[in-house]
Amino acid sequence: MDLYDWLLFLHVLGAFAAVGALTALWALILGTRGATPLFDPPSTLAFGRVAGILVGVGMMVALAFGIWLAIDLDAYQLWDGWILASLVLWAIGGWAGGQAGKAFESDPVAGRAAGIRYQAINSLAVLVILVLMIWKPGA
Amino acid sequence: MLAAIRPDSVNLPLFLHVLGAMLLVGFLFAVAFAWILGRRSQQRAEGLARFGLKTLLLGVLPSYILMRVGAQWTESEQNYPDEFEATWIDIGYITADIGALLILISAILAGVGLRRGNVRLARIVGVVSVILLAAFLVAVWAMTAKPT
Repeated sequence: MDLYDWLLFLHVLGAFAAVGALTALWALILGTRGATPLFDPPSTLAFGRVAGILVGVGMMVALAFGIWLAIDLDAYQLWDGWILASLVLWAIGGWAGGQAGKAFESDPVAGRAAGIRYQAINSLAVLVILVLMIWKPGA
Repeated sequence: MLAAIRPDSVNLPLFLHVLGAMLLVGFLFAVAFAWILGRRSQQRAEGLARFGLKTLLLGVLPSYILMRVGAQWTESEQNYPDEFEATWIDIGYITADIGALLILISAILAGVGLRRGNVRLARIVGVVSVILLAAFLVAVWAMTAKPT
């Protein structure tokens, strides 16, 4: 394995951790709805915290190794449109993810609607980043 | 560099394959983590067991199908020559096929477990989810590093 292989693996691994943890958080949201949720409050908090941290760590790892890849490869530049768009979406997604965590932790009941909205923004941003990473428009 | 030179027709199936794989890992993580949390307390075990079993049936199973259909579609769009052999594709098939068997067994256990409220079956499904997560980590490495 050369440097490119390692960078790509770690970049994709970070993305898998972020999207995987976002998916787990959506499962948690569905598991805590209704009058008789499947989760008790301590389990909800533990699950949400671990998955939330994993989203953040995954996004950081994907960003760091993604930038390294863009620098390492002659075919791509950091100022390519699809990479710049991904960086902007990453920032929006990261901000929304942080807000979602705050909303859920401050008041799991009253903050639930806002938390879900922010979580949806984060998920949508990450989904569009995935589209950009696959299609690479303009590359 | 393969990503830069692949035909455009591969993009949609590859997107569905990667998206399915990411969702699959996420749902498996949810099942595994619910099992871990349920081990800590018997009081919570029943609700978490139901969550794990439902997530397996409604999340893991559909995302596995999306990942696997996307993989097959991607390979057909790549138009590899008949004599083309690659270790990374073999690793992908092995993990996917063993994964399919384990997910199928888990789905049956989940169906029975949900009907009977059996917490022990949820534990088995939780353990299988951890094993599958480890196997799919190897698959992610193989798909990206493409060992020969």
